[in-house]
Amino acid sequence: MSDTQLSPSAIARLEEIRIAAESAIDKQAALGPDVDITRFKTVSEQQKIDSLESLEKQVKETVIHSGFMADESDRSASYFQMDRTPIYERVQKAFDDAIEIMSTEDALRLWPEEMLEKYWWRAVMPDKDKYTALVALHQTEGYFIRVKAGRKVEKPIQACLFVSESNVSQNVHNIIIVEDGAEANVITGCNVHVDVKEGLHAGISEFYVGKGAKLTFTMVHNWAEDFSVRPRTGVIVDDDGVYINNYVLLTPVKSIQSFPVAKLEGTNSTAVFNSIVYGLKDSHIDLGSEAQLIGEGSRSEAVARTVSLDESVVYSRGRLIGRTNDCKAHLDCRGIVQSPNSTQWAIPDLASEGAPGAELSHEAAISPIAAEEIYYLMTRGLPKDEAVSMITRGFVNIDIPGLPDVLRKQIDKAIEETSKEAM
Amino acid sequence: MTSDTTAPLLDIQDLHVSVGDREILRGVDLTINEGETHVLLGPNGGGKSTLLNTIVGMPGYRVTQGRVLFKGVDLAELEVDERARLGIGIAFQRPPAVRGVKLRQMLEVAARGELDDEAIATLDEELNLGHMLARDVNMGFSGGEAKRSEMAQLLAQMPDLALFDEPESGVDLDNIAVVGGAMNALLKGEGRISERRRSGLIITHTGHILEFVNADVAHVLYNGRLACKGNPLDLIDEISSHGYDACVECKLCQTLS
Repeated sequence: MSDTQLSPSAIARLEEIRIAAESAIDKQAALGPDVDITRFKTVSEQQKIDSLESLEKQVKETVIHSGFMADESDRSASYFQMDRTPIYERVQKAFDDAIEIMSTEDALRLWPEEMLEKYWWRAVMPDKDKYTALVALHQTEGYFIRVKAGRKVEKPIQACLFVSESNVSQNVHNIIIVEDGAEANVITGCNVHVDVKEGLHAGISEFYVGKGAKLTFTMVHNWAEDFSVRPRTGVIVDDDGVYINNYVLLTPVKSIQSFPVAKLEGTNSTAVFNSIVYGLKDSHIDLGSEAQLIGEGSRSEAVARTVSLDESVVYSRGRLIGRTNDCKAHLDCRGIVQSPNSTQWAIPDLASEGAPGAELSHEAAISPIAAEEIYYLMTRGLPKDEAVSMITRGFVNIDIPGLPDVLRKQIDKAIEETSKEAM
Repeated sequence: MTSDTTAPLLDIQDLHVSVGDREILRGVDLTINEGETHVLLGPNGGGKSTLLNTIVGMPGYRVTQGRVLFKGVDLAELEVDERARLGIGIAFQRPPAVRGVKLRQMLEVAARGELDDEAIATLDEELNLGHMLARDVNMGFSGGEAKRSEMAQLLAQMPDLALFDEPESGVDLDNIAVVGGAMNALLKGEGRISERRRSGLIITHTGHILEFVNADVAHVLYNGRLACKGNPLDLIDEISSHGYDACVECKLCQTLS
């Protein structure tokens, strides 16, 4: 991007971001195993495509696991990034005037002053750690989605960030803006090609939910066993706005550490976090969420269900910070450890900062399926393995709004497979 | 072991059962024929629930001697779910709550998937299930709700032998009538496509449930053995006037046993 047409304040802002990022390029993250970011080269350029149908068959089959459909009839808009290139961006005709979808770098080129003032590194700080710094200094695109004021888009918007090469880092910066009174359901999948082994995905996501707006954001991760993943997500919710975050992880990963933060600045704003996590093989999974209840009447709920197998290590965190008298939030995090070599931590964390009226609560439990529950189902004629999978399915079957059917089936399948394994 | 059409439905022979190190049942003999409803009386800790749980095959109940034949099959060879599929059903006194599994799913399981909306509507009408259908089974159910849920599951399963562990405990009078009505429907096959009459074994302390269900014979399980048997209402009268200790010595029993 050329700085020549920019206002002095925009130039100063870019400089500020660069300096902050440079100061943090060696700064280890507070949580999760450290990743040596110097080992990876940046992802490569790829060819643009005219239709999602022209994606390689194997790629199509991979991304469908995260709810990304090459057939766009049930989608309002699509963004597909292969390595560093946004190879496909399209808004379906019916939603032409409601949705803008493009790469964040294109958005910055189109509206530099607006982006820098309001959205560019405003919900996530570039000097948070080495991964935010990496993206700030060596960004490789990412998606920009804006839903215009008052437009309620029911059909999901889909975005896919795909990595096709090994030993690379994909450093994406995503921005979603749901303007006042608008509603959107965004499904994003992060996938790697079946042949990919090692790599790093550093993903910055900044979401802005306007007054009376609603964003349902569903993310399905489908990584490789030697992949390291470091998303950094910040969400700002205005008056009466609602943010719903659904996260599903059903495949092994080398390590993932993510702790999205929702700032409920608006009056009566709401954030809901739902997550279903399967810890498989030697995955190191460290996930959580933070809700900052700032606006009067703000509400938050976080529900996490974790099943861990094999040698996996799973941290399930949740933090609620009450900063206003009239706020209420609850954490509900439950885990089942199904292997003697697996470890789970449940770490709820509540704080009331000068808010005597804040009501914050949590329930955290790690326990096996009770034998008496299994036998209860067996007395109705169900064989033991089916009883275990029915109870496990019930355990993770939290009510997730906006979850596509294909994902529901995917979750069911994972439960079938893992509960058989656990017998 | 093969099935024999002339054999009793349930044939318990010299059954000894231990829980942990304690021997609870010390030689129980009991025969229930097709179409018969039996009542099991006895003081707390006498082994009534142990007998039911042993028939069902719940873990922790160790048969040390004797055997239980159902339809001529030795139950020792069968898992809990196999016994259920062979035709044994139970309504628990205090069923466990199962998070995430709805009552409707339990009914479908009990009916082996052969339960259409009409069948559910019939059960709903009979047992006033309403919003319970979509709730996690037994999660926060009141005493009456839990009993109605258990009865609905038995009606969905339609077992040849139904075991009831204190169907009236913790239930108000209105609910006893509903539960009793369902037990009758199950055991006597009223209004149902069942030529054959089913059999039942009912544990009761108070006998209230017998105002709604006709039972053929009652037994007193005392100190791990069936001490006597007799007409259910007579036995309950005897016990409520003189207590179990006197009952097992009484003439009424002596003549019948």
